[in-house]
This record gives sequence, structure tokens and C-alpha cells, in this order.
Amino acid sequence: MNVILDGIAWILDPVHWSGAVSIPQRLWEHIRVSAAVLAIASAIALPLGALIGHTGRGRELAVMVSGGLRALPTLGVLTLFGIWIGIGLAAPVISLVILAIPPLLAGAYAGFESVDRRTIDAARAMGMREAQIVAKVEAPLGMPLIVGGIRSATLQIIATATLAAYIADDGLGRFIFEGLKTRDYPEMLGGSILVIALALVVDGCFAIAQRLVVPAGVRATRSREHRTGPVRLRADMGQPVTEGNHR
Amino acid sequence: MSWFWANLDRIGELMLVHLALSVPAIVLSFVLSVPLGWIAHRYRWSRSVLLSICALLYAIPSLALFIALPAITGFGLRSPVNLVIALTLYGIAVIARTAADAFDSVERDVRQSATAMGFSASGRFWSVELPLAGPVLLSGLRVVIVSTVSLATVGAVIGVQGLGSLFTDGFQRGIQAEIVTGIVATIVLALVLDWIAVMIGRLVMPWSRPRIARKRPNPGESASRAEAA
Repeated sequence: MNVILDGIAWILDPVHWSGAVSIPQRLWEHIRVSAAVLAIASAIALPLGALIGHTGRGRELAVMVSGGLRALPTLGVLTLFGIWIGIGLAAPVISLVILAIPPLLAGAYAGFESVDRRTIDAARAMGMREAQIVAKVEAPLGMPLIVGGIRSATLQIIATATLAAYIADDGLGRFIFEGLKTRDYPEMLGGSILVIALALVVDGCFAIAQRLVVPAGVRATRSREHRTGPVRLRADMGQPVTEGNHR
Repeated sequence: MSWFWANLDRIGELMLVHLALSVPAIVLSFVLSVPLGWIAHRYRWSRSVLLSICALLYAIPSLALFIALPAITGFGLRSPVNLVIALTLYGIAVIARTAADAFDSVERDVRQSATAMGFSASGRFWSVELPLAGPVLLSGLRVVIVSTVSLATVGAVIGVQGLGSLFTDGFQRGIQAEIVTGIVATIVLALVLDWIAVMIGRLVMPWSRPRIARKRPNPGESASRAEAA
């Protein structure tokens, strides 16, 4: 147990809270890179996923791409881009974007696809245009799954950004790699505890967000169904790969 | 390409080491997840507890877990056992949830028929529930195979040898072919293990041939059928 206390003592040591490579500085770097990567990857994957989910075209391709990219070892992608591009933030950012796309894409198309066809037909019969169906029917109803995809992508980004410190001087992972180099276990443990805390806090925020984005009407129906019988909410968005392997 | 041929021995050796790391983790996580999933399915209160723990575990970044685990277990940081434990935990985080769903997917009528036919609780589990949950369990296992083989490469940065060593070594010495080889070897290994799992699945579950698509029952359809009857 005192090993863990050493790690916590390392975090609480005021020496590590000021200066150029302080804990707040590294934490800020970690959050900044993760947010930038999430924004870029979302801009690519979410519209694509929406298009695939809405039209139903290219579904097989999306399943293959998101399943195939998932088998890619993150460290391999990082080191490969590290060699190609060299020192700096470009290599980790590009690798992280590539690795964040599969969960985002899977979440987006699963969200759009999950909407009952009869609901969409009803919307069309009421005179909605395609764009309106996407924006007012499919997006709100699919939102819990879409946010679920963003959630697992964000966790993946935070985790891989830690590993990215292997090829770039950035983020909380630096504490881990510095500790590994100097065999300073309290330092690497302190860095790990910080990373774990960051991931859990972010995950908690997303868990709340996922509940909040369920449209009010859907929530009402669900709670009624709960009373009549056990209903399993298909909300396991942690691993949308099952989609690909299942059929 | 010349690097590849010159280092064939080392690649083969690392592949074996990698197998020795990932296969025990995959098997252990499967064996431990089935009872956990069954408990989550059987006792309502345990479901949310178990699934929350799994979600939390799943959220922990791998490198941080590899580093933090020795502080709890007491194994050395560079010990393969440490890595296997961490990979097993991740595996459980994925399959236990699928296992709970798998047991849920066994229809209540089937379970009640089994009881009516005189199966004891354990007999019902082994001869009815487990076989029927099998295909869903297999799908969970396949996800874990791919993710475990890929995650095990991260061990290289903390000093546990495996296919990940090709990444760290290739990066430090600037050999692109070495990194590409590592990526390809990892994916090939994952695909081979996945194929083996599918084959074992066909062997022990001959009723779930791939072409007999297991379609989810359409609630509207069965309701109208019931009305017609």
C-alpha cells in the first residue's frame, strides 16, 4: 500500500505543481491534444456515419473499416507516423485521429440506423424533407448511441495520447516515460493515477450526457415499458465492434 | 523487405512470446466472464454493479493500468504476469457484459420448458442456457481476441517483450520495415486466433452455422402471429 502512497505523495509534492513541466501544464497539454483530435475526427467521422446510417448505403464498408482499423495496434501506428513525420505534435495528432475514427463512425451509423423505419416513414408521410428527417427525427433519436460513440472515442484518445508521449514531448504520459527512464516508480505511478483520474472524470461526464440526450418522449415510453416487463436497453456502446462480428 | 528476411527468426520468436502473453489472458478472461455474466443475468442487483465496474475498468487507459497494477498486486513492472493480469481485466470488462446479454437472450419460455422437463438448475445451465448463449458469447470472445492481441503490444514500452518490441526497436533505430512488420504480424496473429475461435465455435456449436442468420425476433410479427392463432 505504501507504494501507492508514494505515488500520491509524488502528485501532492508542490515541486511538481509549478515550472515549465508541471502537472497543470502537462494536464492542459493532454486535454488540448485530446480535444483537438476529437474535433478533427468528429468532423470526418460523424457526417460520414450519418450519411451511411441515413441512406443505408456503404454499411458493409463502414463495418469493415471500423472493425479493421480497430485491429491496428496503437503503438505501431504512433511509431510509424513518428518516423515518417518526425518530432512534433503532427505525428501523434494524425495517428490519434486515425484511431479515433472507428468508434465515432460506428456510433454515428448505429445511432442513425437504430431509428425505427416506421418512424422515418411517418416523418416522410408528414411532408418532412430528407434534411429535416435527418436533423429532427434521426439525429435526436439516435443521439444516445452517437454520444456513446463519442464517449468511447474520447476514452480511446485520452488513452492513446498517454502512449503518444513515447514519440512526442506532450501530455501526462511524459511523467510515465520519464519515470520509466529514470526508474522512478513514484513518478510513473503518479502520472498513471493522474491519467486514470482524467479518464474516469471524462467518462463520468459522458455517462451523464448520454442520459441527458435521450429525448423526453423516448424517456417516457421507456419508463412505461419498464413497469410492464424487463426491458434491456441496447446501450452497450463501449464495443460497437459486435455489430461487425455479429452478422 | 530485406529487413524482414534477415530477421525472420526474431519475428517468429516474438510472435510466440506474444502468443504466450495474449492467449492466457484471452482464455482466463473468457473463463472468468461466463460465471460473472451469469450472475449479472440471474441477480438483478448485481447487474448494475458488475456493469459499472466493467465500464470503469474499460475507461482506464492501458499504459496507466500496466504501471499502476504492480502497486496493487506486488508483481514486478516488467513481469509478464503483470501484463497478463492487466489484459485479463480488460478482457473481462468486455466479455462479462456480453455474457450477461448472452444469458438474457435465452428466451424465458425455453428456460421454463427446461425446468418443466425436469432439468435441475445446474443441468439447465450446462445443457440449455450455456449452449443457447454460446453464439453471443463467441461474438464477445472474438472482440476480446482482437483487442487483447493489439493491446499486448503496448507492453513493449514498459519492457515486456512481444510484437510491440518491433515498434519500440524500429522507432529507436529508425527502421520503417520493422514497424510495418510489427503491425502486419499483430493483425495476422489476431486474425488467426479469431479464425481458430470461429472454428472451435463451429465444432462445439454445430447448430449455429453462419448461413442460418440468427435474426432477432420481430416483436410486431410475433404479436400478429399470436393474434392470428
